[in-house]
Amino acid sequence: MRRLIALLPVGLFLVLAGYFAWSLRPGYDPHELPSAMIDREAPAFDLAALAGDGRIARDGLKGQPLVINFFASWCVPCRQEHPLLMRLAKQANVRLYGIAYKDKPEDSARFLSQLGDPYRGIGVDRDGRTGLDFGVYGVPETYVVDAAGHIRKRFVGPLTEAAVEKELLPLLRRLGGS
Amino acid sequence: MVFRCFVVCISLLLLAISAYAVEPVERLPDPAMEARARSISTELRCLVCQNESIDESHADLAHDIRVLVRERLKAGDTDAQATQAVVSRYGDFVLLRPPVKPATWLLWFGPVALLLTGLTGTLYWLRSRPAVVPPALSAVEQAELERLLKDDA
Repeated sequence: MRRLIALLPVGLFLVLAGYFAWSLRPGYDPHELPSAMIDREAPAFDLAALAGDGRIARDGLKGQPLVINFFASWCVPCRQEHPLLMRLAKQANVRLYGIAYKDKPEDSARFLSQLGDPYRGIGVDRDGRTGLDFGVYGVPETYVVDAAGHIRKRFVGPLTEAAVEKELLPLLRRLGGS
Repeated sequence: MVFRCFVVCISLLLLAISAYAVEPVERLPDPAMEARARSISTELRCLVCQNESIDESHADLAHDIRVLVRERLKAGDTDAQATQAVVSRYGDFVLLRPPVKPATWLLWFGPVALLLTGLTGTLYWLRSRPAVVPPALSAVEQAELERLLKDDA
């Protein structure tokens, strides 16, 4: 008993050290927040399309899994993420839609004409209200919405190769299969 | 003179620190409702700066959330409903005062539990320590003691 008590500080130290080591694991960002929207219905939106007179609306996009990427021409990490989106868009089963967050339409259009347009459709969220409804706190953010219109996953910050290969595509495959 | 200038400068700096970020266009015409909006805002975290309330923060997102709160109040929400509108988008993390629920018990009661454990441990240790009984004095020591006491008197 006495010996056990003597070992208590060592045990406490090990627990703490383990916790700290776990918090230092690669790829972990303590500032990244879990989304409150996971498994809830995506908020309704009905935005003017960037090109043409059409609308980009939640209810019009239901029926198949969907990837929604919030971006802006003024956002530097969006440029970093862009080549990855271009590659993602080439995959036949990925329905990638963009929402231009707090961006002037002409700026978004110039951004896409310079870097290429990976999106099947782009909604203009001029005042950021749709972003607010989704719980966006900084672009880029990427949401995976299932066929029924429920948010299944959020990626904060620029997508990475690893996140796409290990999380986004497998999730889409699961959602597509069921 | 220099000192007075220094005091004035420092006071001005302090004034600047206590200033809040609500812009005139955001304010509601009804002062009572505006006051409610302000008190709700001081309890909500700005997600960009993370250690400021949206009432203090100049971040764009803080502005958006302040406007959202005011919209909800204008639409007839109670304070709790308006706060909930923000929580449902951003999660409990936006609350600067975390709610008491099973997931936060460790946060709320952990320190008290730790203190109680420490106190109990200390008490236990103090009680279980064998009382120190000094050995009785030898005959020589006893004689010496009596001599000293007599000297004293």
